[in-house]
Amino acid sequence: MRVTFESFREWKSYCEHSQEPIWKPVLSYEIELRNRTEQQIWDGLAAAYCVMRDAIEKGLTEDMRSISGMINNGAKKIKNCHIAVLGDEFKKLIYRSIAAKELNSCMGRIVAAPTAGASGILPGVLTTLQDLHHLDNSQIYESMLVAAGIGLIIEQRASIAGAVGGCQAETGTAAAMGAGAIVYALGGNIDQVFDSVAITIMNMLGLICDPIAGLVEVPCVKRNASASVIAFASAQIALAGDSSIIPVDEVIDVMGEVGQSMDTRYKETALGGLAATPTGKKIAEKVLKNPSEIINFDETKSNEI
Amino acid sequence: MEKSSIFDMIGPIMIGPSSSHTAGVVRIGRVARLLLRDTPDHVEVIFYNSFATTYEGHGSDRAVIGGLLGFANDDERIRNALDIAKKQNIQIHFKSVLQASTLHPNSIKIKASKGNKSVEILGVSRGGGLIAIKEVDGFNANFTGQLHTLVILALDVKGSIAFIADVIAHDDCNIATMTVSRSNKNEDAKLIIEMDSPISEPALSYLKSLKWVKEVIYLPEIG
Repeated sequence: MRVTFESFREWKSYCEHSQEPIWKPVLSYEIELRNRTEQQIWDGLAAAYCVMRDAIEKGLTEDMRSISGMINNGAKKIKNCHIAVLGDEFKKLIYRSIAAKELNSCMGRIVAAPTAGASGILPGVLTTLQDLHHLDNSQIYESMLVAAGIGLIIEQRASIAGAVGGCQAETGTAAAMGAGAIVYALGGNIDQVFDSVAITIMNMLGLICDPIAGLVEVPCVKRNASASVIAFASAQIALAGDSSIIPVDEVIDVMGEVGQSMDTRYKETALGGLAATPTGKKIAEKVLKNPSEIINFDETKSNEI
Repeated sequence: MEKSSIFDMIGPIMIGPSSSHTAGVVRIGRVARLLLRDTPDHVEVIFYNSFATTYEGHGSDRAVIGGLLGFANDDERIRNALDIAKKQNIQIHFKSVLQASTLHPNSIKIKASKGNKSVEILGVSRGGGLIAIKEVDGFNANFTGQLHTLVILALDVKGSIAFIADVIAHDDCNIATMTVSRSNKNEDAKLIIEMDSPISEPALSYLKSLKWVKEVIYLPEIG
């Protein structure tokens, strides 16, 4: 394998020596890992991007009420809101990210990117980027390869699972993948792509995973919107050549360390943070299975069950 | 650690909300369907521990029935699986059991039957949509559905393991893992064999024809 995606440094040094574009070694990695043809990979990326666009469309047109009732057509409300706090494109980014994520909460078909809990970020970022800058699909697919390479390294050096690293691992990784995709698509060089990753993670370090009632709904859906915004903010900074100071590999290592030292209350257990507020607990009581229906398990009788 | 694919980073395409509560649970349901080799008419599902309180809110009840109906992980019918099953007159019972301390936090038991055929499995949703089947009909198991799996019920006779392994080797299949357990000495034994590639039809028929082999079920890799 030419690039193993264990560090950004390795990825950069390979590209500098080979003069290949930054997405090329990601493609080679996949071809070698899974014996896929190049065409299969482009087709797979196209299929994923198609599901992302569909997810936004469904989130904005179908009834988005979750089983718990906590999700109730938020994306539509934002789209129909007559105030655009920072212009229409900003509003579009917000409601698209939320639409795709709401579909996920309502048992619709989504792309886990990298996880289901963060499935609104890349759809919001990539479609808004493409529409605003009139990019070809092929440029978006190349950006998705860059994003995937970023995700691979973060998974290796830190984690992409909320239960292991908190929300920073899920929405933080998705935002970093989105930021890198933006910078690449808009012509940034490899240092700028990696700076955008570092800046994004710096901005999301320590974010806990504290879902109310353990459901992937609150605060997850709204965090998908803010993560998309951070991706664009970081891309804007990095594209200007304003560097992250701390190299990206070191930033990712910090993310891993913060995730490891994070109390388990804050790692998807619904025992801390927003989940443990008086209101959060009240909602959980209402939403979760009625305890009277729950049989207490006695190990000695395990054979009878 | 096995290296991830780029389609683990941008993918899988799945039905939400959660890879462990929907994608993994659909897979466990599909394993039960494959072992039963039919759509069941009676189903009982027990959700344990963490699953016991969260299964309804996450739609895991719909996911497990979707799997039993043979739906893939990205099939939009999963959301309506309970209604679809009702229309097919499938009898379904859900139970939840807390504090099963010996079991993984996200465990499910499925008892499914059709006519006089039945199967009972204990599955674990390991996260990221990955699963492990820990028990089949009361016998120990440990397979993931990601490889090609043979589930063999045979008499506990001397040399049976070596014989079966030899047949598989002659079919040019590499055995990845093997779990063997038995109900009692010289009684029934369950062999569960995970292989890197599919076994051929003649080899499968030969195994089925052996006098001391009672049943052979082949599960192709579950996508």
